[in-house]
Amino acid sequence: MPQTLSVLVENKSGVLARIAGLFSARGFNIESLTVAKTMDPKFSRITMVVDVAEETREQVLKQLHKQINVIQVLDLTDTPAVQRELALIKVHVPHEMRSRLLQEAEIFRAKVVDAAPGSITLEVTGDGDKLEALLRVLEHYGRVEMARTGTVALPRGAASLPRNGSGRMAMVGVGK
Amino acid sequence: MNGSEILLECLRREGAGIMFGIPGGVVIPFYDKLVDHPEVRHILVRHEENACFAADGFARASGRVGVCMATSGPGATNLVTGLTNAMMDSIPVVALTGQVSTNLIGNDAFQEADTVGITRSCTKHNYLVKDLKELPQVIREAFYIARTGRPGPVLVDLPKNILTGDAEFEYPETVSLPGYRPTTEGHDGQIKKAVQTIWESCRPVIYAGGGVISANAAPLLRQLAELLDVPVGLTLMGLGALPADHPLFNGMLGMHGAYSANRAMVETDLMIAVGVRFDDRVTGKLEAFARHARIIHIDIDPAEIGKNVRADVPIVGDVGRVLEKLNRRIAETREAPAGGLKNAASRRAWLETVRGWQREHPFAYEDRNDRIMPQRLFQEISRAIDGEAIVTTDVGQHQMWSAQWIKRRHPRTWLTSGGLGSMGYGVPAAIGAQFACPDQRVVAVVGDGGFQMSLPELATIVAYGLPIKIFISNNGFLGMVRQWQDLFCHGRYSAVEFPIFPDARKLGEAFGLRGQVVSDPAELREAVESALNDPGPVLTDVRVSREENVFPMVPAGGALQDIFLDEQTARASLAAPAPVAVGDSGAGEMS
Repeated sequence: MPQTLSVLVENKSGVLARIAGLFSARGFNIESLTVAKTMDPKFSRITMVVDVAEETREQVLKQLHKQINVIQVLDLTDTPAVQRELALIKVHVPHEMRSRLLQEAEIFRAKVVDAAPGSITLEVTGDGDKLEALLRVLEHYGRVEMARTGTVALPRGAASLPRNGSGRMAMVGVGK
Repeated sequence: MNGSEILLECLRREGAGIMFGIPGGVVIPFYDKLVDHPEVRHILVRHEENACFAADGFARASGRVGVCMATSGPGATNLVTGLTNAMMDSIPVVALTGQVSTNLIGNDAFQEADTVGITRSCTKHNYLVKDLKELPQVIREAFYIARTGRPGPVLVDLPKNILTGDAEFEYPETVSLPGYRPTTEGHDGQIKKAVQTIWESCRPVIYAGGGVISANAAPLLRQLAELLDVPVGLTLMGLGALPADHPLFNGMLGMHGAYSANRAMVETDLMIAVGVRFDDRVTGKLEAFARHARIIHIDIDPAEIGKNVRADVPIVGDVGRVLEKLNRRIAETREAPAGGLKNAASRRAWLETVRGWQREHPFAYEDRNDRIMPQRLFQEISRAIDGEAIVTTDVGQHQMWSAQWIKRRHPRTWLTSGGLGSMGYGVPAAIGAQFACPDQRVVAVVGDGGFQMSLPELATIVAYGLPIKIFISNNGFLGMVRQWQDLFCHGRYSAVEFPIFPDARKLGEAFGLRGQVVSDPAELREAVESALNDPGPVLTDVRVSREENVFPMVPAGGALQDIFLDEQTARASLAAPAPVAVGDSGAGEMS
């Protein structure tokens, strides 16, 4: 079952490569990964969805934390969290199906961001399930091209500390 | 201040008085400034891999950070084996590599390599310095990271324009690494729980290793053992943490360890694991390991706890700091009925049982008078040095026999490539150790295979007048591989024989040191002693019986209980008859 990790790191070159290398070295597949600066430009947040066997999950968290430039590791897999992805989807739709397509898109609250004689491009945000559902619908209309951002996630409510792992992981916060 | 001068000043402030390396194009500016700074001594070796092995040997023998330097491209890539070795054994090394100028990076320039990319997974951390102003901070951090927490190698890649540039020198007063806060103090609650768990046990063992040496905690380990009166098994990396003749020393654990040590690990109901990582050489098949034992695991690296084996009482912290507290609490509760008096009789009986196993199955071999048995060589070396020399080894059968037969008294006198098992380690590590401890005798025990990998460093030894004594346990084979082909491939030898080997006397003449060859067992003791008593470096080629196998042996993938005590048991179990002996007239044939 894929594990969703939110990792706070120092915003320096090479950090992302180290983290990705951790997973590839052990043969774990990274299903998606996004990274961007936080409110403090010295730090970035990486959100990744990785395919890791159940019994290795805790070891993965510990190895991440061992990296010198990693400040904090959150395992959001079993934590109540808001998870979102953005996708741009271009459908090569025949003329007679266009209006039906637009109606279906509205159900998913997808926006039209490009329209051309043979195609329509939609922008949609939502969690992974919603995107998957929309894609299954759109495939019936024609050839589909897509670019996805990968999941970003934040824990729900006031909680922002990680659940598991050694006590150390709870210590350091952002921008300290 | 000039970039190279800044680097030298930083090295000086870190107490790095010595570095091992080979210069090249992009680092010439640094080497030029070196001439004006004799306080940082540079040792020129013959291969960059050996520069890193030497820095590693220096670190193991002294407890300080070892430093090596290589130029860009091939110089840096030649360091990879040495860095991986330091990483696997957790040795503090700082490797400085030259790099092409920042404006050329990525252009496939002459002698350019993606050093940081290549060494990412074999270093604890690495840096590419892109701005001279950050150099002092980087060097300070590099040394700090190398020697704190779980020690390890750190590489700093230095582009040429950094080494030639100019900047204001500002030395950082503090190191600020928000993502790196190693835990040194053990959790008090866990320590209390550990002591309670100890008193509840009837058949406890101490399983200690490299972490005790790194933490300089050998006296505390000894105190722990004596407070509890419990047998101590040491890993290959931990040998020397307890003197070999200590009444509680139960031998080396693992694939070629002592029967009593491995048996104790099978029968124990409590493993007190101190500075170890439950490596596969020690545990054997994990499914069969410690099935009836609780485990107290003390280590500075939280990622090791629970990695291979679940820990009932995990304690993250520096082994020394934790043992101080643990020992104190043990001493306090030792006489209490609910404490040390509980199960005390069972524990005494257990100790006697373990001692019985030691007597039943000590390390043994059948000596012969028509050839030199390899085990005899190590016995002679052990007898002659009597625990008062630093011994380095290479990798293979001789390494295992050295571990079994050479008795150690002190920590930091046993330098061997454990985790990586890298051939070619023995001689350069001895070089590093001799520089670390100029007043100590340094002995390098190597096999003929590994010796050929680092042979050129004989020049380094003579050039610097290092009185290192090299003993080659020479069986004309890649011994350990041959052993496996013998036992597991029906004796089908494939690419393991060395029909050609240089004459040590002629090698000695060629390089300028004393060389001798011994093949008669009656001459062995004299040859060993005269080598050890020689004031200068000596190369001794000892022609040993060619097809001896190392026992005991826990077969790969086997459980500890499946241990083969000796040749006959192994062959019977494996249905592996003795191979038609290759050079059955024994040693001496090859000259």
